[in-house]
Amino acid sequence: MSEASIEVSGLRKRFGQTLALDGLSFTVPPGTVTGFVGPNGAGKSTTMRVILGLDSVEEGTALIGGRPYAALTHPMRHVGSLLDASALQPSRSGRNHLLWIARSQRLPVSRVDEVTELVGLGKAARRKAGGYSLGMRQRLGIAAAMLGDPPVLIMDEPFNGMDPEGIIWMRGFLRGLAAEGRAVLISSHLLNELPDVADHVVVIGRGRVLADATIQELTTGASSLEDVYLRLTTGAVEYRSGADGEPRR
Amino acid sequence: MSSLTEPSRSSRSFRAALRAEWTKFRTVRGWMIGLVFAALMVVLFTFLQANGKHTGYCTTPNPSSCVNGHQYVPSGPDGEAVADTYELVAKQLTGDGTITARITSLVGRIWAGPANEAPSLADTESGLTSWAKAGLLITPSTRQGSSYAAVMTTGGHGVRFQYDYTNDQAGLPGSISGTAPRWLRLTRTGNVITGYDSSDGTHWHTVGSAQLAHLPTTVYIGLFATSPTTSQGSATTATASFDDIAIGPQADRAAQATSGPWHSMSIGTGPRDFYTTLRNSGYRQTSDSILVTGSGDIAPAVAEVGGDTASDSLLFGLVIALIVLIVIGTMFITSEYRRGLIRTTFAATPDRGRVLAAKAVVIGGVAFAVGAVASAVAIPLGEHVMSGNGNYIFPADSLTVARVIVGSGALVALTAVAVLGLGTILRRSAGAILAGVVVFVLPTFTGPGIIGPTSAGSAATWLYRVTPAAGFSMLGLLPRSGLVSYQYTMGNGYYPLPPWAGLLVLATYTTVALSAARVVLRRRDA
Repeated sequence: MSEASIEVSGLRKRFGQTLALDGLSFTVPPGTVTGFVGPNGAGKSTTMRVILGLDSVEEGTALIGGRPYAALTHPMRHVGSLLDASALQPSRSGRNHLLWIARSQRLPVSRVDEVTELVGLGKAARRKAGGYSLGMRQRLGIAAAMLGDPPVLIMDEPFNGMDPEGIIWMRGFLRGLAAEGRAVLISSHLLNELPDVADHVVVIGRGRVLADATIQELTTGASSLEDVYLRLTTGAVEYRSGADGEPRR
Repeated sequence: MSSLTEPSRSSRSFRAALRAEWTKFRTVRGWMIGLVFAALMVVLFTFLQANGKHTGYCTTPNPSSCVNGHQYVPSGPDGEAVADTYELVAKQLTGDGTITARITSLVGRIWAGPANEAPSLADTESGLTSWAKAGLLITPSTRQGSSYAAVMTTGGHGVRFQYDYTNDQAGLPGSISGTAPRWLRLTRTGNVITGYDSSDGTHWHTVGSAQLAHLPTTVYIGLFATSPTTSQGSATTATASFDDIAIGPQADRAAQATSGPWHSMSIGTGPRDFYTTLRNSGYRQTSDSILVTGSGDIAPAVAEVGGDTASDSLLFGLVIALIVLIVIGTMFITSEYRRGLIRTTFAATPDRGRVLAAKAVVIGGVAFAVGAVASAVAIPLGEHVMSGNGNYIFPADSLTVARVIVGSGALVALTAVAVLGLGTILRRSAGAILAGVVVFVLPTFTGPGIIGPTSAGSAATWLYRVTPAAGFSMLGLLPRSGLVSYQYTMGNGYYPLPPWAGLLVLATYTTVALSAARVVLRRRDA
């Protein structure tokens, strides 16, 4: 099993009466950007939290390079993650945010400066994070994810709040990571963000995998990616305006 | 893999988590400012409290006799505060020697007038306090606080051999009457003083002996009587009847008085002396007996002195510091929950118990530093200001002061760690801070120095036994002694628990909060 892989199998989790994950299985191979797509409430964020050992499951396993997250020493050297770019102490500077993470992974301070450069945060790194725009927060979050130079990256909605320039930068950046042989998992609820960046897409709905294929395979014989998405997720969405969808939970 | 590498890897990981948490803490400027603010509040309020305490006293009912300052409190051989007020009828003895006497009666009178009036013999009733003392005494000097050794009968504790104020050994039990007299003997051999008792003048038992340091060749040897205030504070007097007195250079009962006339001395009964007495001390010699009447005590001085302690003015400021640290200790975790930062923390360190431990060490460490440093500065400052205002400060050795300093730090640290646990469980700042203040600060407000000492009731006492307020016992510096009947109550400034026992009560709360937090953290999704 490559260091640079995510292997999720048979995840099952309930929130009260609701089945959030219903036997979810997929694999993120090394050297690819895998898009993780589904309507709101499909279980994308929950799955990512499970992979990172933050949420428990009743059944199933999530392995990073063959090992569960909790078994990793200095886990951020194995997996970089960005779940919520706004998860910052507003009065702490971006640089100090990176510094405490570096300390926790026994990484040298020089890494903090390297990743600050890498994401182009520059002088803003010394300002309080509370004053950052969402785009800057995303960059800070990516810097944090890259601190440990990890073979695996997990990002929840990395394009959120980014300006067009930022989105172009981000696409190039993610493709570059995959080209280096890393396994990259990015979630999105907007499928059209993905064709330019993802090689592979896992579509989920209601905690189940609806499709697991390359972009090419998905679009073969379909008029557009949107059509594919809508067809796949019909019946798996909480509420869709105009459609005779199912009542809300 | 060798199992030996496991602990070292785990301890390395803990150090990494610790460094991460310390980096988090020090990079929030508001928290660092809060620490400095808390320390300054301790010093400021100590100064204000100390500055508000003034002592003066009057030597007569005439206001023109009133002066600022405190009355004289002697210091014993070890520097401790003592009462040394008694009637002595003595001769001088050079070299080794002995004194023997029979005591046939010990009776007393107790002031029965109102507590706010100066006691006098005019309004007394008959009665003897349990620590009324009469017997034989050797001392190199009649200066108050001098070294001494004495064998004595007491009002309620039988025969005792006591020396240098704090040392006590019991002899024959029972009280004195004409049909049950007591023979006492005190001998000096070099620096060693030995006390004996007998119920028939023939069969003698050793009650105790003492080696007095730096005893000069010539000492006072003689009869004494004294009688302390009751536990309610009423002055008393005691009169003992001595006969069959033998005094001489040989440590032998047959020795006869050879060393000149008796000198009668009232020690420590001047208007500047602190001890409350009934002023009828003296002695009366008949053909075959000597009656000695005394009022006062030869014992450790306790809060009856009306003095302050080095930590007295510390309490209020420390409570303010406690509130500040409760806020910071709570925010140290709840701010992470509020922003979702807790997920980054647990992604960085998946062992949540390790995260909690690292946070506890960081917040406990800084809180300890704040409490200890602030009180190390505030104690001498408060002492200096209180002394300048004429207050008497009980002497405290450096080890005891160190205990108060460590105690101040530990008190703040244990509270901060406990609210870290509360914050972890509740996840919300407002609720956790409120709970922290209610549990860890509110009980303290019923204690002495804040609302008390008027609230001396048993409720306050129990709060200081079973709530986190018990931790404040570490500040207790008032001396107590089993040789003094006194109400060692909260109203008189005494904590109901010994210092370290009180701290243990607080530590128990902290342990419970932290353990519960640990369990909750493990079970909950982040």
